[in-house]
Amino acid sequence: MTLAGTAAPAWSWNLVTDFQDMWSYPFMVNAFRAGAVVAVVCAVVGWFVVLRRQTFAAHTLSAVAFPGAAGALLLGLGAVYGYFTLCVAAALVIAALRGGGEHEDSALTGTVQAFLLASGFLFTALYRGLLEGPQSILFGTFLGITSSQVTVLMVVGAVVLAVLALIGRPLLFASVDPEVARGRGVPVRALSVVFLVLLGAATAEASQITGTLLVFALMVIPAATAQVLTARPALSLALTVLLALAATWLGLTAAYYSPYPLGFFVTTIAFAGYVLALGGRSLREMRTRTRTRTLTRPGADAVSAAREAAA
Amino acid sequence: MNPMTKAREAVTHTSGHTAPGRRRGGHDTATGTGNEPVVALRAAAVRVGGRTLWSDVDLRIGAGEFTAVLGPNGVGKSTMVKVLLGALPTAAGEVRVLGARPGQANERIGYLPQRRSFDAHLRVRGVDVVRMGLDGDRWGIPLPFPSARRRTDRARVDEVIELVGASAYAHRPIGQCSGGEQQRLLIAQALVRRPELLLLDEPLDSLDLPNQSGVAALIGRICHQEGVSVVMVAHDVNPILHHLDQVIYLAEGGAATGTPAEVITSETLTRLYGTPVEVLRTSAGGLVVVGRPEPPAVHTDRHEIPGESA
Repeated sequence: MTLAGTAAPAWSWNLVTDFQDMWSYPFMVNAFRAGAVVAVVCAVVGWFVVLRRQTFAAHTLSAVAFPGAAGALLLGLGAVYGYFTLCVAAALVIAALRGGGEHEDSALTGTVQAFLLASGFLFTALYRGLLEGPQSILFGTFLGITSSQVTVLMVVGAVVLAVLALIGRPLLFASVDPEVARGRGVPVRALSVVFLVLLGAATAEASQITGTLLVFALMVIPAATAQVLTARPALSLALTVLLALAATWLGLTAAYYSPYPLGFFVTTIAFAGYVLALGGRSLREMRTRTRTRTLTRPGADAVSAAREAAA
Repeated sequence: MNPMTKAREAVTHTSGHTAPGRRRGGHDTATGTGNEPVVALRAAAVRVGGRTLWSDVDLRIGAGEFTAVLGPNGVGKSTMVKVLLGALPTAAGEVRVLGARPGQANERIGYLPQRRSFDAHLRVRGVDVVRMGLDGDRWGIPLPFPSARRRTDRARVDEVIELVGASAYAHRPIGQCSGGEQQRLLIAQALVRRPELLLLDEPLDSLDLPNQSGVAALIGRICHQEGVSVVMVAHDVNPILHHLDQVIYLAEGGAATGTPAEVITSETLTRLYGTPVEVLRTSAGGLVVVGRPEPPAVHTDRHEIPGESA
């Protein structure tokens, strides 16, 4: 949904008046609040998604948000309930289908995704009263976020973050090194089910801001960017949150002052950050490679290993 | 050093090797009573999927002893490790690990599963992987404030990384480390809680020759200098041969235990396999087993033709 129909407010380069102008509308204040909650929750959950290589499951859950919202509207309920119900239900289905296997079954996950997307299409066709069509569900909106919606987002977000804080360390262990973690008594399987449910809840949150098709803008891109920049777990988690917040708030500002949609801005800002991070890393690697080539000779690893053997 | 532990170690060194059994401070968690061995199997048997893998296995491993589990593929070597961890029940006989039933003392065991290599794109440092061995199973997340525990934890991680000689690359993403470097870091991870028993499943698999002898020497050093008992599954005995105190050779559902010189002989293996087997000795002291019904297990490379190398 865009402001294209109305005249877009003018950007003045005076940040104080710009933000005063923007925040004089309660719907914009709500949009910034909701955006902040969603950015933080998605960043933290997404950091584990990237580490665990579960982007396909995340994609499926975000696709499932579409029939969820459309179905809820068709039944006359709020879209919010549709998002949460179907995302969490689909997370449980994926967890159940996976059975005892270590990795998710991508064929089954894809099957579930295709069927639910088709159902969503049917729901929007049945619900002719939806003036904008499926567009705002698919690509996100920041108009008309109510205060009660913000409260729901905050409560769910707080629960997700609290659970993640509780299971964070064993979940990291189970994600990086499942076999040893299991040997140490970490309930690897139970953790992966819990994480899928958290992922479902976070996806449902993000869908309401970025739309179901652009959930990855907050779920995957900030985490991927941070993990390109650093391999320190705590630092990269903090960076992920910062990047997601920046993309969301900058995106909201840009969408307010321009006639173009929010999802585009959030995604583009996040994507630009990723490209910059990749470019920066390749540059740094090229520099260190030329430096180490002059400093050390190849095969140093084998030499030190042989020295150890002789000792 | 707890005098009880010292006495126990002195008594349990049944093999010819002299293992000093020296331990560092904070390591002496009480190990049950008296002179109990670290691992004891009596007439143990294991069934997997209705098939008896091995039976009538007797084994005693004392503190600070290096024991190899040898045998051809599919004979149940890794199963032995799973039994010691309590992940698989025994069908018969008795198994005691660190004075308790298997699985009861896993806190005091360091376990290195069969060769796993980390994805090249995994953006987690070696030092983080080692750290997970220390407190990765603790609930909650560490608070970002300096504290005494934080300092001692960090010092312990640095100490164990130094011990395995991985300081130079521990701060690189582990996916970018070579196979040998990853294996050293994983050994550090298994060691970081000062275990009394280290279970290693084919840690030399898919390493090149210099790294094989390097990691073998490291494990031998940890075992004999740090006093950690080691049980290591191997398909090739040669890289670890002169570090070993004891071998258990599994074949054809049975087992032979003893020193390498007792077990890896033409007579013992012929009796074990029930078919003529010859053990050849190379000029450098390496062993080659030939004439067996299966591809050579006591060999550098599974796919080489028996007798052509080593």
